[in-house]
Amino acid sequence: MRPYGDTTGDGMVQLSFTLPIPHDARAEGAALQLAAKMGMEPAMVVHARAMSDGFTFFVLYGSVTHLVDVSKVEVIEREYPLLSAKDVNAAIKKTLRRKLVVLGACIGTDAHTVGIDAILNVKGFAGEKGLEYYREMRVLNLGAQVSVPELVHRARAERCDAVLVSQVVTQRDAHLRNTRELSAAFREAMGTRRPLLVVGGPRFDPSMTEELGVDRIFGRGTTPGEVASYLTFAAAQHREGAA
Amino acid sequence: MSIEAKLGLNARTVRKARRLADRAIAPVVELAKTHTTVSVERAVLRLAGMTGTDPTIGNGEIPWVNRVVDTVRDQVGLEHGVALPVWHELRTGGHADLDDLAEKVGSGSVRFTVPTGKDGDRAARAALTAAKRGLARIDKNRRERDRLIKRIGDPKQRPWIYLIVATGDIYEDMPQAQAAARAGADVVAVIRSTGQSLLDYVPEGATRQGYAGTYATQENFRLMRAALDDVSKEVGRYVRLTNYASGLCMPEIATLAGLERLDMMLNDSMYGILFRDINPIRTFVDQRFSRMVHARAGIIINTGEDNYLTTADAVDEAHTVTVSQLLNEAFAHEAGLADWQLGLGHAFEINPDLPESFRLELAHAMLARELFPDAPLKWMPPTKHMTGDVFRGHLLDGFFNLVGTMTGQGILLVGMMTEAVVTPWLSDRDLALQNVRYVLNAAGGLHEDFQPARGGFIISRAKQVLGEAVDLLDRIVDDGLLDAIADGTFGITKRPADRGKGLDGVVRRAEGYRNPALELLAAHGE
Repeated sequence: MRPYGDTTGDGMVQLSFTLPIPHDARAEGAALQLAAKMGMEPAMVVHARAMSDGFTFFVLYGSVTHLVDVSKVEVIEREYPLLSAKDVNAAIKKTLRRKLVVLGACIGTDAHTVGIDAILNVKGFAGEKGLEYYREMRVLNLGAQVSVPELVHRARAERCDAVLVSQVVTQRDAHLRNTRELSAAFREAMGTRRPLLVVGGPRFDPSMTEELGVDRIFGRGTTPGEVASYLTFAAAQHREGAA
Repeated sequence: MSIEAKLGLNARTVRKARRLADRAIAPVVELAKTHTTVSVERAVLRLAGMTGTDPTIGNGEIPWVNRVVDTVRDQVGLEHGVALPVWHELRTGGHADLDDLAEKVGSGSVRFTVPTGKDGDRAARAALTAAKRGLARIDKNRRERDRLIKRIGDPKQRPWIYLIVATGDIYEDMPQAQAAARAGADVVAVIRSTGQSLLDYVPEGATRQGYAGTYATQENFRLMRAALDDVSKEVGRYVRLTNYASGLCMPEIATLAGLERLDMMLNDSMYGILFRDINPIRTFVDQRFSRMVHARAGIIINTGEDNYLTTADAVDEAHTVTVSQLLNEAFAHEAGLADWQLGLGHAFEINPDLPESFRLELAHAMLARELFPDAPLKWMPPTKHMTGDVFRGHLLDGFFNLVGTMTGQGILLVGMMTEAVVTPWLSDRDLALQNVRYVLNAAGGLHEDFQPARGGFIISRAKQVLGEAVDLLDRIVDDGLLDAIADGTFGITKRPADRGKGLDGVVRRAEGYRNPALELLAAHGE
């Protein structure tokens, strides 16, 4: 199939962009050339405007020559659905019938709380509010340089559902060592009744969950909404598994 | 631009709201007057001219002001302030100057003592002399700003157009800021690197790497102000520079801003507490000092009420914005800021799918305008309901601009249709400015013709919000502001006074506490 303007098969699309050249006939020609290379042919420059020093902004309309084959589209599915804050709150209410308790910390000598703060603080990250913003979550942020025994102790005392640990420092694989220590301590202290263990940081490989003994690993650029959605999904599963 | 009052707010209700706000802040001000913080003490050293860091490997640089304050604290405690031990040591320890002393502190060869009697008087006098020199530079900058505005001129229109730049690299930021000024910006804000508000030190020097923003440093401030001075002459209006005081280092950043002639500072009384989990007492102590410095420096503060509306419903919680504005005003007045320095914040964040959302926005904006007639209100664009549909977003920004001009807002942060999509492109900024210009040009005088109907929707709504604000203030006075914050009255989070970041940097002052900066600032204010 082709894009739809006002007639089936017309292939019409709109496109806007800026070229770093002053506005003149050559600039418009350059814009058309780009459109043609992108598969828009014929295309029309419907608007061009000089901006700043030596830039031109274009709006183009035109027909693309490409076809899309819907049967060949592959959708990568994450194991959990991405929910809005409202849906997260509703789901927790429904499945847990109480607040989801989340404990966050940086362990070992790592003093970089940027990651855990971005996920937990109301301020949040990338335009998404942090977990503190979710009414149905109770969030405890223990901050930096928390020892593993202390974390286990607090997790038990607060009857928490999930422990979030962020690790930035990776010297001599400190992040991997710390994470293994974390999962071993929880296994020993609480066995299968341990909370969900979630770690995050820019240098983690998300596929290493089993090796590190944790439930989920989040990499660079993870937003609070993704973490909240995952926790909601996993807490429900965890509960079913335990029951 | 002055706009005549149209809502017919009850003067007695307005007076009551202000009286309640004053009462609500009184116990917190008392706390601020009886405590100090590591950042307040570092600001004293910065005012006296201490700069520099120890180059260390791997863990960033530790500024000398941090090292000296930490060492004083370890050796003799901070309850007397840093001034007495430092200037006593400087007088009697055989050091060439403050930097020489700082270097020796770094090498571990200095033993501080708290001087008493005549030695104490001498140390305090020496500290006052040093702080006076710093304040003299802040005063000179203020006069220089006045002179430049007189010579080059102010923007021709209100609201002033506020644009943001932030590449992470100050040397990239400078040409971008100049381009923004040429494109029409009256105020340029340099966004800070993610998480700087949680650093308990101010980085040093010109920085070229940041995360989604550029570090606030004294050198970066200086470079950017110089770049804007150049372009101000070219465009024929004094282009103002904004940065962010909020966070763990409010006192120091405020001091650096005064020393480098910044013109505006984001400085909210509760933002750090609510959104960054900074300890409430730390915030209030730091805030008071920082605002006293802003008052002296002639800096316009911008408060952060827009943040409430990104987390709470903009209709249900509209009164919390009014309450926060009143508290911010009360704190600001107490710290010596004049009305013209109060860029009280509010935002266009009502769900556009709600019926009559525009009339509600108009009512809220008029309420802010009429409650604070002499304040240059800071009007913030929609962010929460910018969905990625850039076409709808552009329309929403147009309506935002319309409210801005109809209600005489002082500072208008230009909304971008690509909010929540990308950091603004050159073309996004250009389109956004066209949007602003179109609206100001097409409807700049509309307020002259516009009078909401008596007893109509807009006036009723404004009165309702004011009434709810007074009720909430009443409750806050009863509970105490700190307990109200602890109980989650503002926003969703609970922030107890004995928790949060930076608490370990709060120290109760002892009898005989001296702070030359505070003493000079307070004397000036009276």
